Amino acid sequence: MAYSDKVIDHYNNPRNVGSFKKEEEGVGTGIVGAPECGDVMKLQIKVEQDTIVDARFKTFGCGSAIASSSLATEWLKGKTVHEAGAIKNTDIVQELNLPPVKIHCSVLAEDAIKAALNDYQKKADPASETEKTATSAGV
Amino acid sequence: MKLPVYMDNHSTTPCDARVVTAMLPYFTEKFGNAASRNHAFGWEAEEAVDQARKHIARLINADAKEIVFTSGATESDNLALKGVVEMYKEKGDHIITCSTEHRAVIDPAKSLEKKGIRVTYLPVDKTGMVDPDDVRNAITDKTILISIMLASNEIGTIHPVNAIGKIAKDKGVLFHCDATQGVGKIPVDVQAMGVDLMSFTAHKLYGPKGIGALYVRRKAPRVRLVPMIDGGGHERGMRSGTLPVPLVVGFGKAVELCAQEMSTESVRIQGLRDHLQDGIMGALEEVYLNGHPTDRLPGNLNVSFAYVEGEALLMGVKEIALSSGSACTSATLEPSYVLRALGVGSDLAHSSIRFGLGRFTTLEEVDYTIDRMMKAVNHLRAMSPLYEMAREGVDLKSVQWATH
Repeated sequence: MAYSDKVIDHYNNPRNVGSFKKEEEGVGTGIVGAPECGDVMKLQIKVEQDTIVDARFKTFGCGSAIASSSLATEWLKGKTVHEAGAIKNTDIVQELNLPPVKIHCSVLAEDAIKAALNDYQKKADPASETEKTATSAGV
Repeated sequence: MKLPVYMDNHSTTPCDARVVTAMLPYFTEKFGNAASRNHAFGWEAEEAVDQARKHIARLINADAKEIVFTSGATESDNLALKGVVEMYKEKGDHIITCSTEHRAVIDPAKSLEKKGIRVTYLPVDKTGMVDPDDVRNAITDKTILISIMLASNEIGTIHPVNAIGKIAKDKGVLFHCDATQGVGKIPVDVQAMGVDLMSFTAHKLYGPKGIGALYVRRKAPRVRLVPMIDGGGHERGMRSGTLPVPLVVGFGKAVELCAQEMSTESVRIQGLRDHLQDGIMGALEEVYLNGHPTDRLPGNLNVSFAYVEGEALLMGVKEIALSSGSACTSATLEPSYVLRALGVGSDLAHSSIRFGLGRFTTLEEVDYTIDRMMKAVNHLRAMSPLYEMAREGVDLKSVQWATH
């Protein structure tokens, strides 16, 4: 299968590989996928005053999964928590030129972003978590 | 050393230059139809076909009349299963095969199931080997065919076919063997194996693509088949169609070379394979062998690199032609059914790589492969959350994964 140049670039030079300490203040961690399915993504954000100042990822998966999560960390940096929640898997598909068979990689990356944001919010304000979820579900 | 390096000889092999040379005249000046009985062009072609048939029969200890040419092993497997079932369906409606067979056997079996044939898919042990006792126990008075491969195309494990052949003979059940990966690589003797039908193909043994054979026993017992292709009654009526004489000649030449060189070649290839295995396992931790440690094809090495995904690994070594049991690109996203049948976990099945060494593999290429694999695995492990967790002492089996 032929990969796009962008996927190859992210594979060879992955951005922001690494880990933050999960318990550190302002850090949100999302782990999605399963080894049995062939992909696991760990995505972390570091938030200061509602802005994502840094992001890290580690991914077990194919080249497209690695590229999707690497790209996600690039996009997350500098965004507000609210803006980050608006990143869609289709944006990733378009940017990386992923073929239909690899769309699930982008879905996983979106899930990882959501999981990391969710974890951050839960840690920042445990009490309002249920309220927030309810609000967003209402929208 | 020329790049890319070819390490996928289970998939296909290059045509040996000596084979091509032997074939060439049969495209041009010796173009006759082997079935033309009344002129010199036909006689010349027939003579060449007879010679090839003799070489092929000799390699497997059969009679030349027992060789039926087909388009390849897939057709041979289909003809064996469907042709036997169609011929003997009055006698019984049950066949036995194995869960790790090639799709060219599994799929015809599934197609027969739709027509009311009962199929037993025997399990294998953790080395990929079928137990002859399981074969014996699966036989009923309605069993008409057993189909077990000689050696696995994925993990190279060589089945105990001689024992299975003996059981089949004792019980009076026909035995078909898909020997595609074995013929030309390891000694194959249809008498010792006790097989009644055997499939194999030229392009796995340095011959051309598009030509294969089905061995069909003529004596004790005389096996009969209902053909799938009707026409001029070629190949004893079992497979009609004008023979592709250049391909037949190439098949014959390839087999002749295998017969001459197999004993030295297999030692050399196995030496390189062992060197590859030792090199990889010495350089990297948590690499697991898939298949039988000793009873396997000399050129086969199938290993799982824990914590890295196979397709990503292939991407990191794109100058080397390899194959992975990861099915990341398949529609089902299911990893190799062969590895799953061995009891290999889905995670390690996704992490598997198959190396296939062959006649033209060099030591330099093997050393290059070891070095590249080491770098690619380390690159991927550095960004693997599973590797990190395992390093931290997390038992990955105990984690509640968000399965998608």
